[in-house]
Amino acid sequence: MDYSVEIESVSKSFGKKAVLKEISLNIEEGKIYGFIGPSGSGKTTLVKLMVGMDDPDNGTVHVFKEKVPNLGLLQHIGYMAQSDALYLSLTGKENLKFFASLYKMPKSEAAERIAYAADLVQLTADLNKRVSAYSGGMKRRLSLAIALIQNPRLLILDEPTVGIDPELRLNIWNELLRLKNEEGKTIIVTTHVMDEAERCDLIAMIRDGRILANGTPDELKELYQADNFDEVFLNAGRKSHENSRSN
Amino acid sequence: MRTAALIKRIFQEMFRDKRTLALLFIAPLLILSLMYLLFNSDKVQPNLGVTGADHQLVKALEKADIHTVHYKRITNTEKTIKDDDLDAVLQYKDSQWKLTLQNDDPTAAKALQMKLHQTVSQFQSALMNNDKAARPMEDIKTGYIYGNRNTDFFDVLSPTLVGFFVFFFVFLISGIGLLKERTSGTLERLMSTPIRRWEIVTAYLVGFGTFAVIQTIIVVLYAINILDMVLAGSIWNVIIINLLLALVALSLGILLSSFAASEFQMVQFIPIAVVPQIFFSGIIPLDGLADWLQAVAKVMPLYYAADALKGIMYKGMELSDISCDLIALLIFASFFTILNVFALKKYRKL
Ligand SMILES: Nc1ncnc2c1ncn2[C@@H]1O[C@H](COP(=O)(O)OP(=O)(O)OP(=O)(O)O)[C@@H](O)[C@H]1O
Ligand SMILES: [Mg+2]
Repeated sequence: MDYSVEIESVSKSFGKKAVLKEISLNIEEGKIYGFIGPSGSGKTTLVKLMVGMDDPDNGTVHVFKEKVPNLGLLQHIGYMAQSDALYLSLTGKENLKFFASLYKMPKSEAAERIAYAADLVQLTADLNKRVSAYSGGMKRRLSLAIALIQNPRLLILDEPTVGIDPELRLNIWNELLRLKNEEGKTIIVTTHVMDEAERCDLIAMIRDGRILANGTPDELKELYQADNFDEVFLNAGRKSHENSRSN
Repeated sequence: MRTAALIKRIFQEMFRDKRTLALLFIAPLLILSLMYLLFNSDKVQPNLGVTGADHQLVKALEKADIHTVHYKRITNTEKTIKDDDLDAVLQYKDSQWKLTLQNDDPTAAKALQMKLHQTVSQFQSALMNNDKAARPMEDIKTGYIYGNRNTDFFDVLSPTLVGFFVFFFVFLISGIGLLKERTSGTLERLMSTPIRRWEIVTAYLVGFGTFAVIQTIIVVLYAINILDMVLAGSIWNVIIINLLLALVALSLGILLSSFAASEFQMVQFIPIAVVPQIFFSGIIPLDGLADWLQAVAKVMPLYYAADALKGIMYKGMELSDISCDLIALLIFASFFTILNVFALKKYRKL
């Protein structure tokens, strides 16, 4: 089996606060992998380590068999940050063009990718507006379009659908599934929306910087004796509380 | 290629930010003009007391816009100047010229002295042809009631001022430019693309550098052509020095912005990083200072720039005379630039 991402006993602390504790995890190529867990549990920190935007204190991260951080790898990783990082005084199109020109890509392909990405997030009509005039959801969608711009093999999306209406969210998820099925891309998402979590092939539940459990959605439901995913989340929380009390 | 993309983006953002552009290009001119007007406000006809001068010379002085008051003889020069509120007294005695300046306003006194020298020497060179006995103009003995001959303020100050405004505005705007990139999260976002740290630093140097070059040229041309600042040397040399200084300001601004979390914190660097440099740039003579204070001056870019500018604009030196200053500025710029590449390590180790 081919792994896109291999994480080996990674730890990370900010000052005295240990945010990730001895995390090991392999992510299969061609799968959608979801991370769920309470706010502040370390999801964003973990995905940033995969991109190479931060260094682990201990342990290693490999993406496509190459050690992170690696500049060459970044050509193949599309990253969408949790908070939108856009140039507000530029138009949507100028933002897309700018990010496209940071990757190795012929000009004609860049134009195609811009049109494709803008269409996917339904921003084509607003491309010539300045981003400062965008709504919150529009900015979120532009960030997603930028993450897709260089046609990466690995997509890392940190809460991609926050502030996006249900209909468009469905569209985006259908497109993510298509990218996985038809183009064999590996997709990593963090989310607080449990019905999105259920659409993932595999899920890791993170709490206090540790992976509490991982597996398919059905396996997790079974493990926590739950009918739906909200219950999985809540039961996992209860269980970890009991554990920490008995320790 | 990626650098070019980044430069293009900096331009796009800059052209949409009209106020910053205005601050960069117009503010230095406004402030320079204001300083110029303040230092040169004394445009009233100076009053000159004269004894022993011949009729022709008095005529020449009047023509040069100097109001002359004729005295038969002056026994107490100081008392006469004070009582009659004269700006200066010119005496010819024992075949020797003697000029006494009141000097309550050094700038005005300096201007008057220069004008007198000019008029007297012109007058004499005309005479010289007929009368070999006439005294050359060097022989005007000058005395001062207040201060001394070194209190020529704006002439020394103006080269420093030009340098300072170039430094200050480039520092502020480049620093805030990169800061915006930091606070908006786009710098971190850039680090998730294959761009290299040095490419970012280069793009910022070139992008803002272009605006700095334009600003520098405008300021220098304005100062010399419109404000009529003294320029003894070549204007090209003045531009070269200011460009180097702008490069230092640019790299320092970008560097310090990595230690600021907001625009406001960037402004807080001004009293720390910019204002002290003014004091050490030659406005206050350094020779009399304690050794350690003089050493402090040596780590300030503006000290070298001011020295070089003074050399060119005021003393009429050539580039070769001030090569040490230029090298010092180059070292500052490259040092800050290298530090910048390292400072970005905060975002990504590669
Ligand atoms: N740069 C930083 N400096 C200090 N502490 C940090 C930093 N980044 C994250 N942390 C801390 O690390 C912990 C995990 O943060 P992280 O952003 O990974 O959480 P998260 O799981 O993504 O939360 P959320 O669901 O709210 O996005 C938090 O307690 C946070 O305070
Ligand atoms: Mg997060």
